[in-house]
Amino acid sequence: MTIRLTVAALLALATPAAADPHPEAQRILSIGGSVTEIVYALGQQDRLIARDTTSSFPAEAQSLPDVGYMRALSPEGVLSVRPDLILSEDGAGPPETIAVLRQADIPFETIPAGTNADGLAAKIEAVANALGVPDAAKAPVADLRADLAALDASALDGDRKRVLFILSLQGGRVMASGTGTAADAMIRLAKADNAIAAFEGYKPLTDEAITAAAPDVIVMMDRGEATGSHDAAYADLLAMPAISTTPAAKAGAVIRMDGLYLLGFGPRTGQAARDLHRAIYGSGHGGA
Amino acid sequence: MVALEADAGRLDGDRAHLGRNIAILLSVLLLSVAILSLGHGASGVSAWTVLIDWMTGQTVDVTDRVVLFDIRLPRLATGILVGASLAVSGAIMQGLFRNPLADPGLLGVSAGAGLGAIAALVMGGLLPPAVAAAAGWHLVSLSAFFGGWIAMLTLYAISTRQGRTSIATMLLAGIALAAMVGAVSGLIVYRATDDQLRDLTFWGLGSLAGASWTKLAAAAPLMLVALAASPLIARGLDGLALGEAMAAHVGIRVQRVKAAAILTAAGATGAAVAISGGIGFVGIVVPHLLRLVAGPRHRWLLINSALLGATVLVGADMISRTIIAPAELPIGIITAMIGGPFFLWVLLSNRRTLDA
Repeated sequence: MTIRLTVAALLALATPAAADPHPEAQRILSIGGSVTEIVYALGQQDRLIARDTTSSFPAEAQSLPDVGYMRALSPEGVLSVRPDLILSEDGAGPPETIAVLRQADIPFETIPAGTNADGLAAKIEAVANALGVPDAAKAPVADLRADLAALDASALDGDRKRVLFILSLQGGRVMASGTGTAADAMIRLAKADNAIAAFEGYKPLTDEAITAAAPDVIVMMDRGEATGSHDAAYADLLAMPAISTTPAAKAGAVIRMDGLYLLGFGPRTGQAARDLHRAIYGSGHGGA
Repeated sequence: MVALEADAGRLDGDRAHLGRNIAILLSVLLLSVAILSLGHGASGVSAWTVLIDWMTGQTVDVTDRVVLFDIRLPRLATGILVGASLAVSGAIMQGLFRNPLADPGLLGVSAGAGLGAIAALVMGGLLPPAVAAAAGWHLVSLSAFFGGWIAMLTLYAISTRQGRTSIATMLLAGIALAAMVGAVSGLIVYRATDDQLRDLTFWGLGSLAGASWTKLAAAAPLMLVALAASPLIARGLDGLALGEAMAAHVGIRVQRVKAAAILTAAGATGAAVAISGGIGFVGIVVPHLLRLVAGPRHRWLLINSALLGATVLVGADMISRTIIAPAELPIGIITAMIGGPFFLWVLLSNRRTLDA
């Protein structure tokens, strides 16, 4: 945690976050999938002229020029789309590129990250403020808060369920989410417990640890493969010795959700948390 | 006696003549690629319009000025120096190890620099804030540089006994050291977050995108000194080609040549890797091509390696900047994708000569 705070402090030194309003900006470059989503949710997409590789939703965004991966931006590539405002998720880089962009006198607004109701509301409001349309944030923020509040209000019939989030299954090796990840935050928003609390971040898990974690539900990202291959993948997954003994395998409780929807932490997160909650606890929950 | 001297003189003259002509040709080529590179980029800014406007005192758009003076120019200079450094270091190492496959990686420089970069990327936050603030975002470069040097000096100390460096020990100890460094890197990578892993991957593919005057000012002196010093060891490397004992007999101070060669290659490579990440291939292929064309004499080989290495890297960087603009393809992918098949083609068409 201290590491992350110091890194964050360093980044903050390099990119002071001052969300000045830029109502005049008409050529906006949006960096980071959630920021782009928020711009669309605010109805300001006509002012966008380019995006980064992680901005893949909504589908229209993909027709904008792509300036590259948000952590490996090229200064001339960014300048070539002639932005008059750059809106960026926390963590854009490399810092060398950001330094050059500052020299070029292009306003660069960093939007703070957020993984709970208040953080997400602040994120949406920061984008709205930077765009000079603070009022436009009201509706999406209200929706988001309503979704998350509905989850808070919903009572659970039994115990909280234990969720194992599997990031990838390469060659039968399970890469699972520990604490401090987007997946962990999402599991908590959906009123469930992360079955893996022993480590931070995404790490390969030994077979015995999976058995010991005894997850009730397994959650994976949907990467848009053909449906047929899903069924095969489910069968393979549930047949893995370590997983076959878990309550999740016995109940066949494997949930797949779109990665950006599930872990993007943008305007759709409230809805995604409710969907996840419903998928974990069955359709009678989450104010469905 | 007289006849023999004349004979030797003529043979020597032939090679030198060829080397000099190639040097002239490569200089022209480098100049053309450099001019082309300055004029091309994702933004479509015309270097010449900006330059003329700026010199005639007209107002120049701040974006155009930044593109030309703070992006393309430092990047061009970095490309020239890094390309030259990598190719010359490769040539020196191949001479020192008497093996066409040798590269500065054998000195542990690359592994050490990689470890330094990984450590800075993942654990930079553990540093005392004062140190971190002073290094700022040059931390990765600095750490890569010192990592490379520490690895090289360790290897040198291990393989030097009673003032004599054993090249064979160095080669084998280098493998052991690389394994150890790899293990430590692996441990750190295991701790890394997803974002840091992404950064590590991109670092390994190399890029000149972070080029800036500040970085160049820090790295250029070392690369320039190493490049300028390299011709001084050309004769020594020629001598080593005969074997160490023979070289000593013809009056070459073998240990001094070895130490100078190692220092030069490590200095140039360390600085190059620190500011551009891992750009492979240039160090092996450029000297090899030149040896095929103009023979193994180091005097012109080193000079021409510098010229061709710079040309290749500036050219590859131009492709990297423009091929998927406005995004950028890491340069290591380009050098390998174009260089690999080209090298294979050269090898296959020279198969008869090589086998003979």
